[in-house]
Amino acid sequence: MTAMTREETEALIQEVLEVYPEQARKDRAKHLAVNDQSLEKSNKCITSNRKSLPGVMTIRGCAYAGSKGVVWGPIKDMIHISHGPVGCGQYSRAGRRNYYVGTTGVNAFGTMNFTSDFQEKDIVFGGDKKLAKIITEIEQLFPLNKGISVQSECPIGLIGDDIEAVSKKANKEIGKPVVPVRCEGFRGVSQSLGHHIANDAIRDWVLENRDGDESFPTTPYDVAVIGDYNIGGDAWASRTLLEEMGLRVVAQWSGDGTIAEMEKTPKVKLNLIHCYRSMNYIARHMEEKYNIPWIEYNFFGPTKIAESLRKIAALFDETIQAGAERVIERYKSEYDAVIAKYRPRLEGKRVMLYVGGLRPRHVIGAYEDLGMEVVGTGYEFGHNDDYDRTIKEMGNATLIYDDVTGYEFEEFVKKVKPDLIGSGIKEKYIFQKMGVPFRQMHSWDYSGPYHGYDGFAIFARDMDMTINNPCWKQIKAPWKTAAVANEQVAAKAA
Amino acid sequence: MPNVMLKKNAEGKLVFYVPKKDLEEVAVSVEFDSPQQWGGEVVLGDGSKYYFDPQTPPKFPVTLRAKRLDSGEE
Repeated sequence: MTAMTREETEALIQEVLEVYPEQARKDRAKHLAVNDQSLEKSNKCITSNRKSLPGVMTIRGCAYAGSKGVVWGPIKDMIHISHGPVGCGQYSRAGRRNYYVGTTGVNAFGTMNFTSDFQEKDIVFGGDKKLAKIITEIEQLFPLNKGISVQSECPIGLIGDDIEAVSKKANKEIGKPVVPVRCEGFRGVSQSLGHHIANDAIRDWVLENRDGDESFPTTPYDVAVIGDYNIGGDAWASRTLLEEMGLRVVAQWSGDGTIAEMEKTPKVKLNLIHCYRSMNYIARHMEEKYNIPWIEYNFFGPTKIAESLRKIAALFDETIQAGAERVIERYKSEYDAVIAKYRPRLEGKRVMLYVGGLRPRHVIGAYEDLGMEVVGTGYEFGHNDDYDRTIKEMGNATLIYDDVTGYEFEEFVKKVKPDLIGSGIKEKYIFQKMGVPFRQMHSWDYSGPYHGYDGFAIFARDMDMTINNPCWKQIKAPWKTAAVANEQVAAKAA
Repeated sequence: MPNVMLKKNAEGKLVFYVPKKDLEEVAVSVEFDSPQQWGGEVVLGDGSKYYFDPQTPPKFPVTLRAKRLDSGEE
């Protein structure tokens, strides 16, 4: 299928909206748009970060997911207590594949699940005593932990437990940071508010810990990587590039990160933001309080990597700028070979994306490097400022959908007929059963890393093995293909 | 009376950020912008207007309370 015109795309949106009752149709119409690159501001064409409609199926998470799953969870040397009933912690355990170095259960705790396992009596009489007991127990069993965070699940806010008081007391007792996080799942419309709450908790309970302590030796080239969660090793693939160009990465937020790194972040010279949606809050705070500038960068695909490396280097002196050029030059033969190998196999393929808060715009460059075209994109929990940044990245007259419902996404796919869909695990099997190649773009389908030059090679290989997999030719049931063949035979015989 | 985070961008223009509204916009004009006095009416790129009490120039980036005069819509 060729690219759709503006009118066709608009007609498609209208057609999809038709089945809704009037009220729902009016509401959903605001979340679907045809991209217009001439627009400066997204609020002219799309509404985002609003409550999902009751009765439709959307793909969002909750504030607890945003805080425990995204921001706090990857900090490896802290123990994160899922405070409340057992399910939230267990079902979010280790699914995100934020890799880390360390011995699990001794000095790193990333894939473990700590929960206060609320029972009826804890709801009735309150769970503060239990929380205090758990913290003491953790300290006995895991003495090498560097701190504890209390991630609230819904009931904590509902019954009004005072986790702040318990945390302050525990902090005095064990002499390590104990951070209460008010990320009850019912707060906000999606996981996005959880990110904000988690950022605020870091601001209030962690960031100031080493203010006035100048014992950490600094260099003019200190940077912090913020908003890289080391999914499948992403942060490592990014870090090597930055270090190779001569920068010193002091902290990784928060993939493979430690609390000590976070406490040292106010000493850096520049904050590098990869996931803008989940960590811009803390970057803005550090800019105001510690005068640390921040910039967004994008390490997906060689074009964007080179662009980002040069942008970062421009803020430093000539040695770093020369370093950036050296890095780009060094990997040139590698990524040229990747493109030479995969581009002919992927050229012209069309992709639809629907991911969380960053990748719907960040991976576009990587697909374009492989000659592919992104024909539709959307965020689960993006805000206006994310869509502002998306409009320019996307082609004209492409589809943009915010907080898309299961029904809408399926209908769009049926009409647009992309060659690949990049979305999450909840969508994966629906589309695979429809016969559309699919990559899980939240945690890279058990692959990765996708960041950096090393990641790009893996990204290209994964896209190729998915799209050009021979299984897609076998998707039709044999008796159905046989029926067509039989008819043809019969027709010939007649 | 929104809290506004103000900073200067690379071109030295004033950037406006209202966290609650995800509003990120460059200011087109600032009524008083001299070493003696800063503030007054600020007009943003999208046409909305905000007011800051005139004061000695703050050190950017800074968070200040603004009064909204005109949302720039309609």
